[in-house]
Amino acid sequence: MNKSQGLLAFLIVPRRKVVIAGVAESRFGEVPDATSWQLHQEAAALALADAGLEPSDVTGLFSCGADIMHPLILGEYLGIRPGYVDGTQVGGSSWEFFVHHAVGAIESGLCDVALLDYATTSRSDVKRRIRSANVAIDARGPAQFESAYGHTVIGRHAMAATRHMYEFGTTSEQLAEIAVQTRFNASHNPLAMYRDAITIDDVLSSREICSPLHMLDCCIRSDGGGAVVLVAEDRIADLPKKPIWILGAGETTSHHTMSEWEDFTESPARRSAERAFGMAGVKPDDIDVLQVYDSFTITVLLTLEALGFCAKGEGGSFVEGGRLRLDGALPTNTDGGGLSSNHPGMRGLFLIIEAARQLRGEASGRQVSGASLAAVNGTGGWFSSTGTLVLGVD
Amino acid sequence: MPQLPRTATWHLPVPDLETSAYWDGTAHGKLLIKHCDDCGRDFFYPRSHCPRCWSSSTSWKEAIGDGVVYTFTIVRQNDLRPFKERLPYVVAIVELAEGVRLTSNIEGCAPEDVRCGMPVRVAFREEERDEGSVYLPVFRPA
Repeated sequence: MNKSQGLLAFLIVPRRKVVIAGVAESRFGEVPDATSWQLHQEAAALALADAGLEPSDVTGLFSCGADIMHPLILGEYLGIRPGYVDGTQVGGSSWEFFVHHAVGAIESGLCDVALLDYATTSRSDVKRRIRSANVAIDARGPAQFESAYGHTVIGRHAMAATRHMYEFGTTSEQLAEIAVQTRFNASHNPLAMYRDAITIDDVLSSREICSPLHMLDCCIRSDGGGAVVLVAEDRIADLPKKPIWILGAGETTSHHTMSEWEDFTESPARRSAERAFGMAGVKPDDIDVLQVYDSFTITVLLTLEALGFCAKGEGGSFVEGGRLRLDGALPTNTDGGGLSSNHPGMRGLFLIIEAARQLRGEASGRQVSGASLAAVNGTGGWFSSTGTLVLGVD
Repeated sequence: MPQLPRTATWHLPVPDLETSAYWDGTAHGKLLIKHCDDCGRDFFYPRSHCPRCWSSSTSWKEAIGDGVVYTFTIVRQNDLRPFKERLPYVVAIVELAEGVRLTSNIEGCAPEDVRCGMPVRVAFREEERDEGSVYLPVFRPA
């Protein structure tokens, strides 16, 4: 075989596909009696059991948190010594990045069973006064050009909403629609932290935090953990649950310093989605159920546009009329999202868990009937990074 | 876990090898931006290479100080000092006449009067710290 035939042989050898085999949350909401490490272990144990696997089966560990060397601390705490570790930390979308990375690692045989594991006690820590409600970034390096101006995390997102309203005439009522419909979905999830129906007026009359965003435009703060187990397709015969195929994945990064964001009306998800949808060979119209990071209502609106569910600038009218509700045309954040269900800090992992539950038909009380194709989009930082996944079942 | 601020002036700039000229400039009432001597573009925030063409041949240039508000928010909640005592205040992205953008505050008008597209002009706000005052570029209605 000459050199070019060798290359051809390499290209046509089918790579093994990757599936989600197990998903679980730990206790979440308000959990004042557990450490974040306990919640990591609790979620990991439940997700491995869901996949019919043991802790000793884990050969890849994917995790991040606020600690330096977080995956080391976690591996040690769990008592596992994986041969493949990824500690990518790009904010709340890190979990979609991890899936993208794990697909590569499993496809190429670098690991067989990947555990994604996350938890915080963010809500209880604020109550214990060991962390503040706002993030303080020291004014060193590029941050020296921003920190002195008091641009909070909410403020950074609010500036996107201001610009979207200015360019496209989007209204606070339209943003409120997203919070109202997400709450409707949460009302069907007994585990969601906030389940009582709200109205557009409730959102608009809630305290303004950073104009134009009101308190009910903002995600909640919760404790909690989650875990996802990915395995190679060779193992699907042994799985107790229906495997979820990872059909497409894409990631991208943008700015960290706000003044570096070129267009405050466009999420970088446009790029990560092009790759994920392209890899899966599907279009937004094909998607049955959607899970997108909802740190703020504006995050959802920009994401819907960037994923191609509607044209740029049309997100405001697109979300009217209940489209995102469980009974709407595009059921979105079906568990109640970060706006109503849970939000321990980097929520991207919970998007994958809920997508898997919907595709398995396990979303009791909130099941979207016949859901067989899901899209997931995590957004990290302040529209700084996005990871998009397309998931499906046979 | 996100750290609680360690000092009262955690938010104030720590000039470094790439930026001390910028902060020397603001102390003398000058707003400096960077210019790429190879591709000819201006850029901000200042760094030693051009982020577009990666030329390391860059120089400081004084901005004329005029700009418009690209976008903004009125911050009404921040539990961190010193911002807690300043509420409400306006954080904005200002686009300078030279075409580059920076994050800043809009002062000198009611927060509710700020609009996208509003013409603004630079001013310098003194803030004190142990190592001596630092002067922050802020903007006021032009």
